[in-house]
Amino acid sequence: MGETSRPALCVRGLRKVYEDVVAVDGIDLDVYRGECFGLLGPNGAGKTTTIEICEGLLSPNAGSLEILGLTWAHDAAELRQRLGVQLQETQLAEKQTVAETIRLFRSFYRTGPSPDEVIAMVQLEEKRNARVGKLSGGQRQRLAMACALVGDPDLLFLDEPTTGLDPQARRQLWDLIQRFKTAGRTIILTTHYMDEAEKLSDRVAIMDHGKIIALGTPRELVASIGVDHVVEFASEGAAGLIDLAALERLDGVKRARSEDGVLQLQVTQLHTAVPALLAELARRGAPLSELRTHSATLEDVFVTLTGRHLREE
Amino acid sequence: MKSNRGIAGSSLSQLTMVRYREFWREPEAVFWVFVFPILLAAGLGIAFRNRPADVLKIGATTQQLAAALRTEKGLSAEVLRPAEGEKALRTGHISLLALDEKSGGVVYRYDDTNPDGRTARLLAGYAMIRASGVRDPVPSRDDLVRETGARYIDFLVPGLLGMNLMGSGMWGIGFSIVDARRKKLLKRLIASPMRRSEYLLSYLFSRLTMLLVEVAALIGFAVLVFGVPLRAPVWELAAVCLLSSLSFSALGLLVASRVQTIEAASGLMNFVMLPMWIFSGVFFSAERFPNALQPFIQALPLTAVNNSLRATMLEGLPLYQIGGELAIIAAWLLVSFFIALKLFRWR
Repeated sequence: MGETSRPALCVRGLRKVYEDVVAVDGIDLDVYRGECFGLLGPNGAGKTTTIEICEGLLSPNAGSLEILGLTWAHDAAELRQRLGVQLQETQLAEKQTVAETIRLFRSFYRTGPSPDEVIAMVQLEEKRNARVGKLSGGQRQRLAMACALVGDPDLLFLDEPTTGLDPQARRQLWDLIQRFKTAGRTIILTTHYMDEAEKLSDRVAIMDHGKIIALGTPRELVASIGVDHVVEFASEGAAGLIDLAALERLDGVKRARSEDGVLQLQVTQLHTAVPALLAELARRGAPLSELRTHSATLEDVFVTLTGRHLREE
Repeated sequence: MKSNRGIAGSSLSQLTMVRYREFWREPEAVFWVFVFPILLAAGLGIAFRNRPADVLKIGATTQQLAAALRTEKGLSAEVLRPAEGEKALRTGHISLLALDEKSGGVVYRYDDTNPDGRTARLLAGYAMIRASGVRDPVPSRDDLVRETGARYIDFLVPGLLGMNLMGSGMWGIGFSIVDARRKKLLKRLIASPMRRSEYLLSYLFSRLTMLLVEVAALIGFAVLVFGVPLRAPVWELAAVCLLSSLSFSALGLLVASRVQTIEAASGLMNFVMLPMWIFSGVFFSAERFPNALQPFIQALPLTAVNNSLRATMLEGLPLYQIGGELAIIAAWLLVSFFIALKLFRWR
């Protein structure tokens, strides 16, 4: 098959306009075979619209789209056979059991693992005969994943797979997705959790207001802001005493910003920036009430690019 | 890893099984479809069972009058003072009050819009003629007929069946489609390779088998317990039920074609069904409504269904003789179905 050399997904100039909003504003994307590609962005960035266009659920106003070398206009039936889809917020029928639900979805596909194999893949063996209505949020999400896997898809779409789950259920789901990755599947995943994107994706596209504002491996993206660490501190009653310009002049500090009384420094060299900061605070007589540092993350990339956080309420 | 189809069976049979399970695992649905119509038929059948011809209670102001009136066995005459009699008449304890006049004549007080009053008047008049010694000018005798098929229960059962076909046809398809749309399950299904026509067909198949059970339960009960007649061949009744059920299912599909919430669907369903509950002759004949309304009433699908069921069950008319009614039902089926397909939204 000559198609193996081509990207699994190839998007050019994709645009989707709703009555008064431009949901997707001319994006280009290539997703390669065998990679897990993350679309990261805040709610309303256009991630779901993008992914639903790829899934054939929405049609774009402009742009071209090729999936596995096929197009929705010509090969819709074939594409549906070869894509695995997990939608945001689908509630599967509550009165059916896990096994019944999987058997139903399995019956739509020409080939794929047996229902029992799929149940084992998502670790729902114990819940095989439980009604969907009795499952926990994490179990439902794993069942939704199972329904996306029954056709042994060449390309798997996961739209916000862990939204609304507790930390333990999220971690369990991450483990599952990581196992699909090692099995060599191509995965496209949307999320507004930077840790999820960082942990699972080989490459990440950061989306905001319908546009892709950054694209690369998580490491490349973090490196692109030229910052290794972030120092956050609070100083009681001293917020007015310290000006951002003075902080940015400190040795090893690249940018400073203040937010809700917490000051945030993006630093290139932690070992020079922290002593310089402490000295500056001591000089001004401002007592330190909080000090945290972390390695720069995709969240910091987003903040740097947009001035906002990923999860702004 | 790859294995062939066949483990899970065909998707049409899987989809149909889902429909069955959705129904049987919902106890309320089972109650409303199967148990409720039987309970209703039983209750109404008992309340309106045929009793021996009623004896009408009347009042008379003198002993003489009462004695004369008692010669008629359809009347039970009681001697009352005029004031008591007036009160008994007003409150409906008696249907007629006979007062003697000083001239020797009789005055009958009764309400001529009340059938019992009119009957009592006729019987009383006849009794007085006989009491005066006059014989029947023409020799006559009574030959009584008690026909099954003319009782209230006989009228009621086809109406209940029609109402049930409407309810289960419309709700059966409408509710679950709106529910699946609300839960974004429809959207999930069309993202899979499922054939959309098979989704619709699964409703059709489950409806057909459910229909069989539903009709058999109600008709079986009515025939065995109340001796309601079934005068046309069973296949003709089955054909009428099938056409009716498809028609109401199409109407349900139409109602459900775009609605996003269960509340809106309930409102719309009731808006569509309520006029038919009232006008279509479920509990009493649709002909009781004024003539001006009749064209509207006769065009309602449930009216056509009820008329067809009564014609088949009670009169044993062959299908070609109720062609007009069947054409109305078929028209509703086709029009609703095609509009529904045009309007239908999967998301």
